[in-house]
Parts: sequence; structure tokens; C-alpha cells
Amino acid sequence: MDFLLKIKQANLVGRGGAGFPVAVKWEAVRNATGSCKYIICNAAEGEPGVTKDNYIIEKYAKRLIDGIKIAIDFLSSEKANNNSQVKAFIYINNEYYKNYYKKLLKLIGDLPIEIFIKPFGSGYIGGEESSLLNAIEGQRIEPRLRPPFPTTNGLWGCPTLINNVETFYNVSLVATDEYKNFRFYVIGGDCIHDGVYQLSADFTIQEILEKTNNIPNFPFFVQVGGNASGEVLNSGQLKKLVSGAGLITIFDLAKYENIKFIENLLEFFVKESCGKCTPCREGIFRFNEIIKSEKIDWQLFFDLLENLKETSFCGLGSAIVTPAKSFIKNVFSDRPII
Amino acid sequence: MKKIKIKINNQEIVCSQEQTIMQVAKENNIDIPGLCSHPDFPIKANCRICLVEIIGQTKLALSCHVKAEDGMDIKTDTERVKKARNLNIELIFAEHIEKCSNCIWRVNCQLLDLANKYKIKITRFKDRKSKRKIYKFANAIEIDGSQCIDCRNCLDACSLMQNINYLKLIGKGSDQEVAPVDDNKVDCIYCGQCAVHCPVGAAQEQVHWEDVEKALKDNTKIVIAQIDPSVCTSIGEEFSLSYKKNFLNQVITGLRQLDFTYVFNVNLGAEITIIIEAEELTKRLVKKEKSADAKLPMFSSCCPAWVKYVEFYRPEFLSNLTKAKSPHINNAGVIKTYWAEQLKIDPKKIIVVSIMPCTAKKFEISRPELKINNNFLVDYVLTTRELAWLFKKNHIEFGKLKDSSIDSLLKDYTGTTTIRNVSGGVIESVLRKVQNLLCADKKVNSCFSDLNFKDVSGLVGIKEANIKIADKILHVAMVNGIGNIGPILEKVADYDFIEVVACPDGCIGGGGQPNTGRGNPAPTII
Repeated sequence: MDFLLKIKQANLVGRGGAGFPVAVKWEAVRNATGSCKYIICNAAEGEPGVTKDNYIIEKYAKRLIDGIKIAIDFLSSEKANNNSQVKAFIYINNEYYKNYYKKLLKLIGDLPIEIFIKPFGSGYIGGEESSLLNAIEGQRIEPRLRPPFPTTNGLWGCPTLINNVETFYNVSLVATDEYKNFRFYVIGGDCIHDGVYQLSADFTIQEILEKTNNIPNFPFFVQVGGNASGEVLNSGQLKKLVSGAGLITIFDLAKYENIKFIENLLEFFVKESCGKCTPCREGIFRFNEIIKSEKIDWQLFFDLLENLKETSFCGLGSAIVTPAKSFIKNVFSDRPII
Repeated sequence: MKKIKIKINNQEIVCSQEQTIMQVAKENNIDIPGLCSHPDFPIKANCRICLVEIIGQTKLALSCHVKAEDGMDIKTDTERVKKARNLNIELIFAEHIEKCSNCIWRVNCQLLDLANKYKIKITRFKDRKSKRKIYKFANAIEIDGSQCIDCRNCLDACSLMQNINYLKLIGKGSDQEVAPVDDNKVDCIYCGQCAVHCPVGAAQEQVHWEDVEKALKDNTKIVIAQIDPSVCTSIGEEFSLSYKKNFLNQVITGLRQLDFTYVFNVNLGAEITIIIEAEELTKRLVKKEKSADAKLPMFSSCCPAWVKYVEFYRPEFLSNLTKAKSPHINNAGVIKTYWAEQLKIDPKKIIVVSIMPCTAKKFEISRPELKINNNFLVDYVLTTRELAWLFKKNHIEFGKLKDSSIDSLLKDYTGTTTIRNVSGGVIESVLRKVQNLLCADKKVNSCFSDLNFKDVSGLVGIKEANIKIADKILHVAMVNGIGNIGPILEKVADYDFIEVVACPDGCIGGGGQPNTGRGNPAPTII
């Protein structure tokens, strides 16, 4: 059976956070023309709090390399046309590199896979899929204008398949008919049993917290999907699936229901905005100014949030919108009335 | 090209599928604002101002980047568009420290225009860049971080267009700034393309207009203007007049109203340059026949940015540069020596102000080797932009100025050089003179018809021609834009004479010309 069909039937979605259908990407890269085609395994894992890729590389490196090899074979097959050269990169953050490079190199052996260390200081944006293309090419690390998309014009202008570590792991499972629609969840924050868990992708947040024995015995709220970009939900809103990169962070309500939560969020984004577009570079600077002012201009704060959502160049710029808005709506004790 | 139908603000438009929404709008006189897009560069989509709403799409679209698709229903001025666009303009305005009162961009500032047009609140946010550095490049160019709006056009001009790569971005997020590279193998050539592409005057010339104003008020000085012809064909743009029309006679009147005592053109100086270049080329050609070490090709040296380029980047070619001084320097030399003597004026009382399309000329005039009797020949250089600013500042209505005629420096000049300001003009003038020097029959004024320049296949911005003069075949080339210089320097042995102008399209596209945001104008024959 065509492997693409297998991925389609398994309903694989990307596990980097965006949840894009894997088969669509693979097909697009296969159908694109180019003398060279690249595969990039994104192991930057830059979303704060998320450690599942680390866990997968530690426990299942063989599966990961196998998944990349399947992609290499897939793009090298006759259907992928015109004898393009296929080469893969593992784009990995320095910490993971130090811990695992020996193991990875051994597994890679003769395969056309190169390990590329995410540049020092490239931060949050350094894990964004078009910025990492710039990183590998040695350009300033910033998102690229899309379209064209990496699937047709990626690394050095060639068709490029970019998937997350967990996605390649899943691809390997699909190949051996062992994929069961599970995903990795990371549970952290003010909880008892923090760690990485592999459970059904159909579980709600409530179910996951119950199964891992992590329902707190104190008033709490959660942030789901990532500590930077994830949605904030109160304890009555947990009958939802886990979004983004699979993280559930538990917060002690008494400690964090105040403005401190927004300040922490901003501290991160002020540091991580790349500077390319106006709404993110300037907007985030002004959020910080507004929050630190004596009398907070909430109307302006929301206007700037809305503007970021509407006009940000890339997804990371608008990432602050979801946590900020949902925190204010669902949790904030001092909720402004607009 | 496939034609498609779209609607912009309910107006049905037939356009090509390859066009962006912005391009279609412009063609149909529908105004969409923008600050970072420039026709000379690839789309960056940084400023997020050219937003439009495409009915049925969830996010606002960037009209500079999104291509028109059949059936698109586009609105440029909905409440949603206005809100986002105006907030982004407001945010950009808060990056830019207003130095409007003495900023020559004020009369042509794209940001100020937008703020006025859309009634932007410009005081809600505090200026956040007031402590930013001003980087000065010699005495010609400066980049003022406190005015920069992060559009990055200067970087594109310096890198993509000129291939000098002197500017880089340092820092990240709101700390990012444009700065010179810290590499002693790279230096600015003062071409000013960063300035002519800056929408807000953060990159600009180091102005001389204030000094010129002071001199004009000083009764002990005789202030003389000498005008480069390409200023006169481009200055109209500053006043929304035709950019192809020659406004020399209005410029003269305007300069007189500004109290310049004499107004000269630089034709005499240009003629001297041509004669010296022709004699030098002739000598080099004759020498070549006798010995192999004659330095050929000869390079033109009128463009000070090109001279700086050779000095800094390719010193092995220094002796290929002609020793002829550039026209305005020669012209000022005549003014401060022969002419001053004739009129019995102490040269120290004379202030010569060159009006130039160029920023590198500011650097050129301060070269110590160009002094005569320990005097600098040209005291100040005003760019086309600075001149327009002086007119506007002094409420001189340029469009209504009557004609007046130029003062005569010497009674006659031959007119040999009036074609000089179209690129290739120097070559043609020099060759006519060379022909005159080499041809046996001195009575024959021209033994060649017009030079027929052809593109050099595979090379951008380079044209070449072969011409037979007195039994010699001369190979000549002209290079427009320093960004195109690389390939030809690899094959200099193929040529006898090469004219290089650092700015794209020659002096007409010079770094001191009006900033229109429209891209470099087509070369115009003056």
C-alpha cells in the first residue's frame, strides 16, 4: 500500500503544535519539483515547559531515526520524480545535542542525515519552521514570507518537509502498524506527578489529569499547549482536548490569579520578539509599558492584542494573544470591564 | 498572462493573475498606504500598514504580498482595516523621534503624510528611541537610530542593490537597530542609496543647508552656486511636477531668490574634465603600443563613490583611474582662481556651493589633495533634496518661478559635455576628443557616428561598445550601479576605457535625488 495512504488513514497530524495533517505536507513535498529535496526534523522544542521531544529522543531515538529514514525513502521513490537528491537534517537544541549526539550519530550511520545545532541565542523564533530554514542557511533568524511555503520553496529554495520529533516517531509506528492514536502529554507546574505520559489523543484535559493522578486538592487553573502560547482554562473548563504541543501546566490559583501571570508572559515575549514586524516588535514593547504603568489602559491593551492577532507576520507573534485573552477571561481575579 | 476579474471597493477590475493587490490598486488609482515596500526591492511586508480585507477570509491580508485571485472581493477602508492600519502607523510613529522642524524629509516624509492623512494620534505613546545613536559615515551620510522605523530599505539598498554590505541589523525585538558592520574590510562608499530609499529620513545626507544659509546671510561672503544638470530634471518631482522636464531656468531664479550672488552651471568644469581625460587616454593608448605596462583600461573618476570604492576595495586599480578631477571641482577651481582674479575678488571671500544629485560629493570636496593655495575649492554640497527643502522653507513657489538665465563663467564653452549626465555620456565626449587628438585630419570633427552601446550578454547593468578611431579599435564599457561592478573587474583586459557610476541609472538615480518611493527613474537624456 502507498505509504501516503497509510498516513492518511491513520489521520496523523503534526505534533509540533499546529496540528497540520501530515499526509498533506508529505504529498506537497513529493509533488514539488527540485533538484534537491530536504527533510528537517524539528527538535528545537522551544515552547517553554514542553519536554516531550527530549523524552522521545531519550527513549525512542531508534523510532525517530526510522521515521526520518521512511521520509527519505518516500521522497527518493520513483513517484517523487526526477531523481532529486534527498537529504535530512535534525535541527536540535544544544542541550539535547549534548545529551544525545553520540546515540543519534550511531543510529544515523550511513544515512544522509545531518545534525544541525540550533544557533545559540536564536530563542523562541529559532524553532519556527521558516526561521529555522534561515538558521540552517546562515541568515538572520526570522520568519519568511509565505507563500511560497517550505513544501515547495524551503531550504535553499528546494522543496522541504519539516516535521516535529513526535511526528517522525508516529510515522515509524504507522509503518509497523503499531500506531494507536496516542500522543505524548507533558504535565508540569504545581502538580504532584509531573512528567511525560503517553495516552490516547482523544482524552480530555480532565481525563488526563485524573489518569495521571494529578487533580490538585487546591483551587487551580491550567495552561494547555505551552507555557508561552497555550490557552488558559479554569478548573471548570477541562472537558476539552489538549491543544498545541501537548503540555498541561497546573497553576495554584491563589498564587497566579493576579497580574503577575501576564507580567511573566510578557517578560518572555519581550525577550523573544524577533523585531521583524511592527505589531509584534512595537506592540509587545507597549504591552509591557501598559502593564507596568500605574493605571492600566485595558482598552489599549486589548486593541494591541487584537492588532497582533490580525496583523502579526508569523504565528509566534500572535502566540501571546491566546494566553493573555484567555487568562483575563477565565481566571484573572481583577478582571477589567471593557 | 491570464486575465482575471476582481473587485476593489466595489469597483470591478480586470487585472493579471501575477499582480499583487497593491499593484492592481495603484494602477487603478486606489490608494493603499505602505512604508516598507519599494519597487527596487523584494517585498518584505514588515510594516503591516498596507492591510486590506478580503471578503470571506478570516485574517486581514497584506496587499503588498498577496496576489490577486479571480473573484476576490477586496475592501481597503473598512472599520477593521482602519483600526489595524491606524494602530500600526501610530506604533511606527512612536518609534520615530520627530525632528521635523529642521528635517529636510519633512516636506516629503511618507510617515508624516500618513499621520496627517489618517489623523493618527501621535502623542499617545512615548518616543521609545530618543537615546539611539546617530552613526556618521565620513562627512557624507548618517543613520539616525532615533528616527528609524525598522523598514530595512537601507539594508536592501546597501546589500541587494549596491552589494557593499556595510549595514547590518544588530539586536533583536524592540532593541534591533541598523548599524555599520564591525569589519575593517568593509566600508561605506557614500553613494547615499540608503538615504534615497529611506521613507523617513533616518538615513540621510549630512546636511550643508544650514551652513549655506549662514553664508548667504554673511555680507562679507560672495556665495556662488554651481548646478549639476541632473538636479534640474529631477527637482520637479519634489514639487509634484514632471520629472522629465528640465527646470534649469527655474532653479536659477530660485537660487537668486535665495540670495546667491552668482549662479553657474558646471559645463566648463566638465569640459576640462573631458579634455584631460581624453589627453590622458590618448597618452595611455600611445604608450600601450610601445610597452606592455601602460595602465589600461582607464577608469573614469567623476563619481566619488566609485573612486572611494577603488581606493578601499580594489587599490590595485588606483593607477587605472584617470587623474582628471570631477567637473564641479574643476569648475570651482576656475572660479577661485582665474575668475576671481578677473573680477579682483579675494578667493577667501568666495563660498562655492555645488548643487548635486549626489551625497558622495560631500566627501569628495573635503579631500585634501584637491586644495589649491591651501583652499578647498568647493565649500558645500547641497543635494537636490536640500535645495528643494530650502525653496520650500523659504516659501519659494517653485512651479511659479519665471525663467532666468545662467551667469557666464567664461563667455564660451563648446557644448561637448552637455550629454554628460546620461550614463555613457562621459565616454562619448571623451572619445570624440580622443578622435580629435588621434585623427590625422584635424578638420574632421567626427569620424564616428553615435556610439552604439550594447548590453554585455550575461551581465546586468553593463554596456559596451567598440569604436574605430584612427585605425585603432577601442573597446569601451559603462557600468551603472556599483552592485554590478564585480564581473567586469574580472575582465578589464578586454577594455580600453570604462566609465563607472556607483548609482543605478547613473547620476539621475543618485543618492541625493528626491525620495519618491517610486523606484529609480528611467535615464533621461538632458
